[in-house]
This record gives sequence, C-alpha cells and structure tokens, in this order.
Amino acid sequence: FAGLADVSISEDIPVEGEITVPVGSHSPDEDYSTLDEPVRETIMRDLKAVGKKFVHVMYPKKSSALLRDWDLWGPLVLCVSLALMLQGGSADSKEDGGPQFAEVFVIIWFGAVVITLNSKLLGGTISFFQSLCVLGYCVLPLTVAMLVCRLVLLAGSGTVSFIIRLIVVVAMFGWSTLASTAFLADSQPPNRKALVVYPIFLFYFVISWMILTFTPQ
Amino acid sequence: IASLVMYLFAEFDDAANLLAANPDATTISIDEPAEIPKNQHSRRQEPGREEDDELLGTDDSDKTELLAGQKKSAPFWTFEYYQTFFDVDTYQVLDRIKGSVFPVPGKNFVRLYIRSNPDLYGPFWICATLVFTIAVSGNLSNFFMHLGKPTYHYVPEFRKVSIAATTIYAYAWLVPLALWGFLMWRNSKVMNIVSYSFLEIVCVYGYSLFIYIPTAILWIIPQKVVRWVLVMFSLCLSGSVLVMTFWPAVRDDNRRIALATVGTIVLLHALLALGCLAYFFDAPELDFPAPITPTHNVSTVITKSR
Repeated sequence: FAGLADVSISEDIPVEGEITVPVGSHSPDEDYSTLDEPVRETIMRDLKAVGKKFVHVMYPKKSSALLRDWDLWGPLVLCVSLALMLQGGSADSKEDGGPQFAEVFVIIWFGAVVITLNSKLLGGTISFFQSLCVLGYCVLPLTVAMLVCRLVLLAGSGTVSFIIRLIVVVAMFGWSTLASTAFLADSQPPNRKALVVYPIFLFYFVISWMILTFTPQ
Repeated sequence: IASLVMYLFAEFDDAANLLAANPDATTISIDEPAEIPKNQHSRRQEPGREEDDELLGTDDSDKTELLAGQKKSAPFWTFEYYQTFFDVDTYQVLDRIKGSVFPVPGKNFVRLYIRSNPDLYGPFWICATLVFTIAVSGNLSNFFMHLGKPTYHYVPEFRKVSIAATTIYAYAWLVPLALWGFLMWRNSKVMNIVSYSFLEIVCVYGYSLFIYIPTAILWIIPQKVVRWVLVMFSLCLSGSVLVMTFWPAVRDDNRRIALATVGTIVLLHALLALGCLAYFFDAPELDFPAPITPTHNVSTVITKSR
C-alpha cells in the first residue's frame, strides 16, 4: 500500500448510506423525493453501498469509504451466512461437535466489540461503529473460504481435500488480517500498533480454526 | 509522534504536581517515556532499572501507592479512567513478558517491570490466547494420537473452549482477588513493608501465565515423559516469579502463615497446569514413539513431525 499515503476525497464520489452525511449538496426537495421513489430504488441504494464495501475489502486500498459510511448490514449478512454454513457438522453428538449457531454469532460479535474496545482503550481514534464495520466486513474472505471448503468437502474428505482446505483457509486468513489491518492501522498510536494488531490476528485465527475443523457428518 | 509528545507533556505535568509532594517520585515517572520505544533495546534498559531498584529499596511502597493513586484520578464512570489501565507501549508489554519467562533471582517482578503502571492489556490477552491455545492444542493432540484408528471420528470439541475460558479467567481474576483480600487483612494485623494493589497482583498473575502458551503448544507431543517435564519446567519458571513477588509481602508475618500463603499460591498454580493437561489432552496410552500404523485415508504428511 505504499504511495497511498495521502487520501483525498474528490467531490464526485457518490454519497451513500446515511442522508445526514454533511457533504451538503442536498436541497430540501430531495428529502421528499426519497419518500416517493419506488421501494426497489431505496433497497438498491443500500445494497449497492454494501456491495461497494465488499469490493473494497477484496481489493483493500486505503479508501475512506469503508470508514466514513459505516453500516452493519454487511457484517450481519456475513456472520449469519458463516454461522449457517458451519452447521450440519457432527450433529449427532451434541457434546463435542462443532460450534453452534449462537456460539459463532457470539464469537464474531463479542470478539469484534472486545477488539474495538481494546483499540479505543489503547488510544485509537477510530469510532466504535466504524471499527465494528471494518472488522465485520473483513470476515468476507473467510466466508468465501468456508464456501470453498464446503464445496471441496462435497467432493471427498481425504488428505487432498484437507490440504486444499488448509491452503485456502490460510490464504483467506492472511487476506482478512491484512485487509483489516490496512483499514485500522492508521488510527492507532504509532508505538502501540502491534498491541492492536495482535487481537485482530487472534480473532481471525479463531474463525479460521472453526472453518478448518468443520467436519460434516 | 504527536501522541508521544502529548504523553511526555502529560508526564511532565504529573511530575510537576508530584514535585511539591515528593521529590524522589519524579525519578520513577520520567524514566519510562524518556526512553525511545524500540523493542530491540529493551535489554539495555535493564541496568538502569536495577539501579533505580537499588535506590528505591523496599520502603517505597507508600510512594508507589501514592503514584498509583495519582494516576487514576478520573472518576470511574468515565472512559479515561479505564484508559489508564492500558497505558503501555509495545516494548513495555514485551519486556514484561520477558520478565515473566526469565525470572531474575532476587528481583521482584512488580518492582522491576510493573512499577506502579499495572496494565490490563497483558493479563486479558494472555488469558485469551491461552484459552484458545489450550483448546486448539488439545484438539490437535487428540487428533494425532487417535489418527489411523478405524473407530475414530474427528470432532472439533468446541465445548471445551468455553470450559477453558471459564477456568482460566476465573483463575486469573478470582485468585488475585482472594490473595489481595488476604494480604490486606494480614496487613492490618502485621505492618508489612511491601504491599501490592489489586491490579498489580492481577498483572503478575496474568503475565505469569504466559509460559503456559508455548507449553500448551508443546503438549501436542504425545509422550508422557515430555509432557511431565514441560509441566515441571513451566511450573518452576512461573511459580518462581510468583514466589519472588509475594515472598517479600508475607515474610514479616508469622512464619507458618507466610509459608502457607506461598505454598497455596504454588499449589493453585500447579493445579491449573495439571488440570488443563488432564482435561484437554488425552493420556497417551503407550510410551513408545508414534506407531507406523497403516493409514486409511489420511497420509502421514501431516503427522510425521518427529
């Protein structure tokens, strides 16, 4: 990410998400028009915002769009789909199986909250929900890895499939950690960066472990 | 850089406030931020700290308490109050971890490293890492041990994570609470020279658990002898850190109570280690190297590590 030290927001980036963003080019007439517009347009606006952030995560550049217009729809969708895909393994032995739906949910959200609190307590300047937004969106590579793992497991569960899954999960884990670090690292005090990055590493490691150890019945 | 400069100015403010009260106290607080935070030079700071330690002697507990009181001046319902517990830099955390793994005989961990700046970052994240390390290592170790057996079906054993978390966090917070209460009670009866605040005790316990992280990883090796050697070794290291910290606090007391206290500390520490070993890691049934079993569907690519 060298050479992107200076981020300047040009005026023609479309404003998305909240209408109360103080970029200030809305006239009062526009407020009324969102009430009259077709429902499809309202929904598509939010969906496009979410989709744009997904693209930002897959190609992490130092863009402030992810941080400025935070939303938690994307993380919710990712978390729910990941938790759903982690179901269906070892369902007979209730004791020692994989994580339940609620456990995955709690780990992701509680983990993200704890990491955000940690970075704020260490003196970070990012806001609470912005950090939650970034951490949630950066789960996207791991969700893709889970999808790939399930597809590979459909083909068989031998050594070859394990090695493929291992490589995919490790690669996506690295991608997630690097993407979230790219977005969050700037807001930390310089001599505490490692203290903030380590919990993020641990968080994605635990999620990767849950994905890698998924065994279908 | 701006935040470092602000931090230095804040420290000078505090030092100026303390100057009227206690001239000697300034030598402690200015020492830390004046050193440029590069982790590699942490060893060079050791002689300076040891000199300070000589100067301070053992009758500085009231100065230490004064400093500790000065730091937490924000009311407890504000965010800044809790930020004072995370006022550490990367190199300080690494120093404290090093101090817990290589205990210097005769030097007190709290005096040498904590120095009235107890942090909650270390204890919290070391405990979190330890929870997941034990759960993952236990799972891996059981997987490798039962590999190749026809009746074995791999399960991720996710329940054990919550059990590990409860145990380790309870140990790292309730035992210091009990110990602090006990020391306060004894302090009211016998005038002890050295006394610790609750957070300093939590800090010592948290950092002393660090040695169990590499130990848990090495416990994957399914050899009974290896595991017991590891347990003894890590117990000696972290136990000695705890003993050297708490012995000065109880040695002026009744001899039997002092020995009982230190003995209980070591015993609880040992129980934690052995309990984790017994619960999370299945006992290897046989004591010879991993048998070359005919593999069914998983090759020895992964298992062959010896």
